[in-house]
Amino acid sequence: MLHTFVALVEDKPGVLTRVASLFRRLNINIVSLTVGESERPETSRMTIVCEAPDHAAHRIKASLYKLEITIDVDEMGRSEAVIRELCLIKIAAGPSHPNGQQSRSQIFELANVFRARVVDLAPESIMLEMTGSSSKIEGLIQVVTESGYTILEVSRTGRMAMRRGMHTSRVLKALGTPGADTTPTNAFVRPPNPEPLGDDILPNQFDDVHEEEE
Amino acid sequence: MNINSSNNQHPQLTGAEILWATLAGEGVTTVFGYPGGAILPIYDALRKFPTVHHILTRHEQGASHMADGYARASGRVGVCMATSGPGATNLVTGLATAMLDSIPMIAITGQVSSKVLGSDAFQEVDITGITLPVTKHNYLVTRAEDIAPTVRKAFQVAQQGRPGPVLIDITKDAQQATAAFSFEDAAPAPHRDHPMLRAESTSIQQAIELILNAKRPVILAGHGIAQSGAEAEVLAFAERRQVPVASTLLGLGSFPVHHPLALGMMGMHGESWVNHAIQQSDLLLAFGMRFDDRVTGNLAHYAPNAKKIHIEIDPSEISKNVRADVALIGDLKTILSTLLPLIPASNDASWISEVNAMKGDAAVRDIINLPDNGHLYAAHVIHDIWREAVAAGRERETIIVTDVGQHQMWEAQYFKHDAPRSLVTSGGLGTMGFALPAAIGAKVACPTKDVWVIAGDGGFQMTASELSTIMQESLPINIAVINNGFLGMVRQWQEAFYDKNYSASPILSPNFVMLAGAHGIEGSHVSERKNVTPTVTKARTGGKPFLINFQVEKEDGVYPMIAPGAALHEMVRRPQHDPLLETAEDE
Ligand SMILES: Cc1ncc(C[n+]2csc(CCOP(=O)(O)OP(=O)(O)O)c2C)c(N)n1
Repeated sequence: MLHTFVALVEDKPGVLTRVASLFRRLNINIVSLTVGESERPETSRMTIVCEAPDHAAHRIKASLYKLEITIDVDEMGRSEAVIRELCLIKIAAGPSHPNGQQSRSQIFELANVFRARVVDLAPESIMLEMTGSSSKIEGLIQVVTESGYTILEVSRTGRMAMRRGMHTSRVLKALGTPGADTTPTNAFVRPPNPEPLGDDILPNQFDDVHEEEE
Repeated sequence: MNINSSNNQHPQLTGAEILWATLAGEGVTTVFGYPGGAILPIYDALRKFPTVHHILTRHEQGASHMADGYARASGRVGVCMATSGPGATNLVTGLATAMLDSIPMIAITGQVSSKVLGSDAFQEVDITGITLPVTKHNYLVTRAEDIAPTVRKAFQVAQQGRPGPVLIDITKDAQQATAAFSFEDAAPAPHRDHPMLRAESTSIQQAIELILNAKRPVILAGHGIAQSGAEAEVLAFAERRQVPVASTLLGLGSFPVHHPLALGMMGMHGESWVNHAIQQSDLLLAFGMRFDDRVTGNLAHYAPNAKKIHIEIDPSEISKNVRADVALIGDLKTILSTLLPLIPASNDASWISEVNAMKGDAAVRDIINLPDNGHLYAAHVIHDIWREAVAAGRERETIIVTDVGQHQMWEAQYFKHDAPRSLVTSGGLGTMGFALPAAIGAKVACPTKDVWVIAGDGGFQMTASELSTIMQESLPINIAVINNGFLGMVRQWQEAFYDKNYSASPILSPNFVMLAGAHGIEGSHVSERKNVTPTVTKARTGGKPFLINFQVEKEDGVYPMIAPGAALHEMVRRPQHDPLLETAEDE
């Protein structure tokens, strides 16, 4: 099945290699990986989508945490999340196209239906930009192809994911909100006396670092 | 060098000096290494730091195993050092060895100047790239001011959580530049626990219930016991519930083998009663071990009726190979200390008597009682080395460092390890050539202990050049070469699974006694059992390095053995015509 992890990592040379190398070691294929600056200084947020057996999720997550450069990992498996992908599509269209002058207006219409935007218009091609779920992007590509157009280039970012609602992980909570002048407390100090155990915890289940806020 | 500044002004030091000052500040007294162009500034600054002793090895692989052996024997961080390029790549086997056995170790490599990084400069190699999968973490340092904080952080990373090796690659210009140095200011932020380490608040209640309901529990004692220093807690736990204790190879020594609850080593070459106890168990208590394929046999048939409680510091190990019913994630000593007061004592000795009954008149006793019929067997040699140490009252003051192969398994079966950290061996990677250099590290770390190398004729030749290091450092290490004229373990597999096609397993060796002699090391040939003990005594008490070449039976096998793919209880026994017969009761 597809697993989606969102990891907050240090922004340093070699960090991407470390993450990629972990998946290579586990012999797990990365379907997509997007990375960019996060809301915190000197940290990047990555969304990693990979194909792995169902039960592999906790091991991948635990292994990601073992990387020294990892600050926080969230698995999107069981939570409500917004998942988006950005895609650029270049389509052959112009006077020499079989549909001739019609081709442009027809592509404009298709773009409209899919809420894609035209971002470049050249004598023989049109470039569309589209944001959405992967299936929507694939829908547009399919319709364009089936309408007899030649797709010249496709560039996709891969999925980006973010949980819905006010959610913060224990780790991020402890690090404090960026910009707010709350003093960050140390997330990693555990209570000296372990609290008595709730019976809500099932054997062999990890406490999730991420808790939904009520 | 005096690095204390009298006022608030921090002294300006070169990067090379900062490195040594930081290592000294971390308590390092020995570094194993080999110089070369890209690390010469560091070697030049060494003389200013008389508290640090540098041991010149004969190969960088040797340096890495020495640092590893030092760490295994003492629990302290081992440090090794090499130049860029070929020096650095020679460390890789040692880093991988330390990685797979979770050994805290620091490797420092010189690197070409930061200005030419990435240009294929002379002896440039991307060692941080190469060692990525065989280190816990690694660093490339290009500025003098980053050296102290990086080294201090590396010590923290190497030791915290699940320990492991850390490599620091320092460019030559960073070694030569100057920066203000303050050991205190370079302290790392407090260690961040793995955020999934939440053992205390998970599953303790379930664990207690399973423990109280178990009728046939077995403790699986792993390397984590020594790593965590939890020997006393494990002993207390076993005694409180009368739980028999089976050990992994790296768990040997963490539970006293003479204790009535000690079973011995489990797994591929574990004794029959140990594996049977595991297979018949209804509760496995895995203490700091990782269910390696060498201890589980076929996973589909592993301990089919047992619940599993896994106490482990690395969350990524939970349910990796064997599904845990209850996972307690964290430091073993802390978790056992939490559990112990919550568990009532039990006097029910029925299960342990049942297990003891399975022992019968088993292999070990056969070997002890075997008549001296003119043949010398490796098992004799190892048994007699152990008995000699016991007779001298030195068995708890002895560290055995083994290489990899048949002799390693015989050592695990016949040397009775009562003391923690008394066996140093490469378990996870199984690195031939490990023993001699690792023994040097162990002897340097524990100079008052008797250190024995037990190596095969194959593996010994892989790093035999370190004999010269032993002499340069005047280290009284005893070496037992178990010489069977074969790559014995390979030969045994070829006998069992490849129709005795001994392809590339017969090995010609030099005269090891003469080889030792060429290094100025005294030695003896032993081919009869009656000469084993006197020669061992001579070696142990001579106060000098000593090599014994034990000429043993060529085609001996390690038994019992679990063939790959077989279940843990499906053991192949010693062939009946063999003079080292195990008795029928042992079946
Ligand atoms: C560096 C390395 N190369 C190859 C092996 C594979 N291997 C495992 S045991 C063994 C034979 C060891 O022979 P020897 O050192 O003579 O010891 P014996 O088994 O005879 O006791 C070999 C080749 C290994 N473990 N390590």
